[in-house]
Amino acid sequence: MNLTFWQRLDLIVRGITPFVLTLMLVVLGQVPLHIPGFAEVAPLLPLMAVYHWAIYRPELLPGVAVFFAGILQDALSGMPFGVNTLVFVVMHMVVMGQSTFFLGKSFLIVWLGFAMVAAVATIMTWTLTAIFFSAFATVDAAFAQFVITVGLFPILAWLQARWQQTVLAQV
Amino acid sequence: MSNRQHHGHHLAHAEKGVVSRVGYLVLVLAALALMLLGKADVLVMEKVRATISDGVAPVLDVLSRPAATADKLVVEFGELSALRDENTRLRQENARLLEWQSAARKLSSENQQLKGLLNFAPGAEPGFITGRVIADSGGAFVHSVLLNAGSRDGVAKGQAAVTGDGLVGRVHGVGSRSGRVLLITDLNSRIPVVVEATRTRAVLAGNNSDRPRLIHMPPGATVSVGDRIVTSGHGGAFPPGIPVGVVAQSNEGNISVKPYVQRDRIEYVRVVDYGLQGILDANSAVEGAGFSR
Repeated sequence: MNLTFWQRLDLIVRGITPFVLTLMLVVLGQVPLHIPGFAEVAPLLPLMAVYHWAIYRPELLPGVAVFFAGILQDALSGMPFGVNTLVFVVMHMVVMGQSTFFLGKSFLIVWLGFAMVAAVATIMTWTLTAIFFSAFATVDAAFAQFVITVGLFPILAWLQARWQQTVLAQV
Repeated sequence: MSNRQHHGHHLAHAEKGVVSRVGYLVLVLAALALMLLGKADVLVMEKVRATISDGVAPVLDVLSRPAATADKLVVEFGELSALRDENTRLRQENARLLEWQSAARKLSSENQQLKGLLNFAPGAEPGFITGRVIADSGGAFVHSVLLNAGSRDGVAKGQAAVTGDGLVGRVHGVGSRSGRVLLITDLNSRIPVVVEATRTRAVLAGNNSDRPRLIHMPPGATVSVGDRIVTSGHGGAFPPGIPVGVVAQSNEGNISVKPYVQRDRIEYVRVVDYGLQGILDANSAVEGAGFSR
């Protein structure tokens, strides 16, 4: 099957949407919502993208893309450079290694897997910031952030699955 | 044939696995290198951060507007139902404030006269730069906000950021059109303060919770719950007397402060331009005068 120039361009543009969506989630996560107490426990949206695409379309969000999403997250959130970058890359590596396990499993299993990934990511972030600043942050805010991140996962997972079935169906 | 093909496929697969493992190793090392670089050379990484923030600032500027509008609608709806009660409360408060105003006027004129008598040399009077909060994140680990005002507007590192309620934090990094404010609740925030009533000096240290603590109190000094905490002006960049918060809890060397400024309410922030007095025009100096007194 020979593709015309425009068809090929269309495929390329569709193919980079997971990366663009991940970057958009990083930026969206920064928008001030003015909800009391929310900013301290705001969910880590890009982690959901890293997890989702690593399982279902790993070739569309490679490690390098995850690395740059992490740098953007660090730069915008005011975290020390490298913290989210390292967490995202390591989580991507771990999930990629287990992606065959998750493929075709029920959503509950996938959600549980994400809860584990988010838990490890939270502990990693907490430890890395503690080392970087040589000071310990309170644990309760980190725990609340973890709970909210896991709680919001189904919504984003559904949106990303819809995107995958429609926009990325032919890619 | 098919066996060889299968073998070849297997080999390619294994090779790919090795390549990807090496790839991850490179990425992990790069991330670690970034952390080390950030620790060793703060300036370079701050510059990178400022450049990235500057690039995304226009996007965040647009995105944060509907969020603020939606939030305002909800708040206004809530206020509508409480309008009557609010009105009575405000009337009472207004009456009380009018009394305070006359007292303040009296004291102000008395102050002027006494200053005249003493030949008092007034301190530098601050000017202001107002910025809108376009990003508020960092989650549980960093407490900072991004403003849509940067060095081109006159924002510089170390300046104090305030709202009408009190101190928000300190300018931590600036790009040309964006500025990052480290909130007083952040783990790395240290603000020289005094207990307003007793003039006891202390340092307000954030701990990433919404109740920063008072540390470095002189031995024997006591504070009680409800004491007002204001900036001391020590350390240069901060004007003295900016309200910070009230003592919320005080037991055995662990004094927590409830800040006047609530993080979720920060929408517009004034950056206090304390050092540039010499090149400011007369207008902003007059504007600033209202604040410093």
